[in-house]
Amino acid sequence: MGSIFDILGPVMVGPSSSHTAGAVRIGLIGRKILGRQPKRANIYLHGSFAATGEGHGTGRGIVAGLLGMKPDDMRIPDSYEIAETEGMEFNIEKKELRDAHPNTALMVLEADGVAPLKIQACSIGGGRIRVTKLDGMDVNFSAETNTLIVYNLDQPGCVADVANVLSRKKINIATMQLFRDKRGGYAVMVVETDQVISRQALDWLESMDGILKVTFIDVAGEV
Amino acid sequence: MSFQSLEEIKNRCEKDALEFWKAVQLEDCRERGVSEEDSWSEMSRMWEVMRDSLSEYEPEQISRSGLVGKEGGQMEAYQKAGNTLCGDFMSKVITAALKMGCNNACMRRIVAAPTAGACGVLPAVLVTYYKEHQVQEAQMIEAMYVAAGVGQVIAHRAFLAGAAGGCQAEIGSASSMAAAAICYAAGGSISQMGHAAAMALKNLLGLVCDPVGGLVEVPCVKRNVGGAVNAMAAADMALAGIESRIPADQVFDAMREVGMKMDTSLRETGFGGVAASETGQKIMAGLQRK
Repeated sequence: MGSIFDILGPVMVGPSSSHTAGAVRIGLIGRKILGRQPKRANIYLHGSFAATGEGHGTGRGIVAGLLGMKPDDMRIPDSYEIAETEGMEFNIEKKELRDAHPNTALMVLEADGVAPLKIQACSIGGGRIRVTKLDGMDVNFSAETNTLIVYNLDQPGCVADVANVLSRKKINIATMQLFRDKRGGYAVMVVETDQVISRQALDWLESMDGILKVTFIDVAGEV
Repeated sequence: MSFQSLEEIKNRCEKDALEFWKAVQLEDCRERGVSEEDSWSEMSRMWEVMRDSLSEYEPEQISRSGLVGKEGGQMEAYQKAGNTLCGDFMSKVITAALKMGCNNACMRRIVAAPTAGACGVLPAVLVTYYKEHQVQEAQMIEAMYVAAGVGQVIAHRAFLAGAAGGCQAEIGSASSMAAAAICYAAGGSISQMGHAAAMALKNLLGLVCDPVGGLVEVPCVKRNVGGAVNAMAAADMALAGIESRIPADQVFDAMREVGMKMDTSLRETGFGGVAASETGQKIMAGLQRK
């Protein structure tokens, strides 16, 4: 159980901690993993998000998050109009997703200069979320703390290399999870860290053999 | 590990000669590794957002579905006309609960307490009391700690989400938290605060979560009134010296047991209760066509 400010709080724009505040956080995490504001977003709502999303402002919440708003931002009800002003195209559809939590959204995010990102996340109550799929791979993390995401080839040594760089940069690993699509295929490392990882360390990681892409979510940072 | 029972908080208070709110605050400091000042300023912020949200209500606002929004203004006009059945103070509590419920439905900023759907109960009771009685603001923030402490124990022993335990877990918990908090603000003892929390929740045990069309509007906005009025009554009973025969911690456990037995259709799915009524179904069909 969380702190007393999970009981009295969060401060949020209504009406629902799961369907509104959680939706904003899902959009925001997509923006952070993409590393910038998307130019184009295709958003798919599943289950209860699809059934009651309109009345709960779920779509508006996700778009607000993609625009960098937090769950207590008073502009959330106007996010569609703000997206238009800021030149972010978006499309929202209902879609049945296999084996997904009832409050799930799938987002395909595109921006200039980076590979498109496909991210699926669910809202598990009280405004808290879990990322469940990343570019087609099953994952499971909250992104509530600093999180390093490394895409790599599934080959020996990658985990040791990453751990080594973090150790040299005096970054303490809180948790570490490994996911892969198939043996010898693509893999994802999700590493929660106690410290913020510098751009320089991220570049170092990205230059290493077998590592394809590196993203860092700085919870306190702005993207 | 935070407090797991009101009994444990009470024992801690007796052992270290602390007030209830202080025990909750010290535990927060220990858990999050923050100073007493930081904890206090965060709780003050929650209080300020509650007050602001209440004063930002506009009588002409309406939710996107069109189902709710104006009730706060209607009740306020009626209360100001001065001929209410409940009397001036309670009518103001009702007005505030409606305003907050409407604010939430209309995508305005609120404090989830403990949830967004139940966000009206605490401000209705605490802010109204603060405005009507000349009390120090610090005393109300202490009362907020009391509410949070009770809520944390309920979260530990039962649940706070409608999807988990029905509306008793949301409005019921909010009412229990508010009853203890207002009992403290009015000068009640730790024992009286416990009785207030117990009596408030007992009155709402079994309350189902049956939102029409799955929206946090009908019956949620008006249930905030039920929770607030019930909290005031429970606190008054406790202050009168009336005791709950069942201790609060055991009432929380009973709430969990009732929630576990509650059918899924009555836990925020929108398939049972008033959501399944003929009119509830008609409203939902209308929303889907929108």
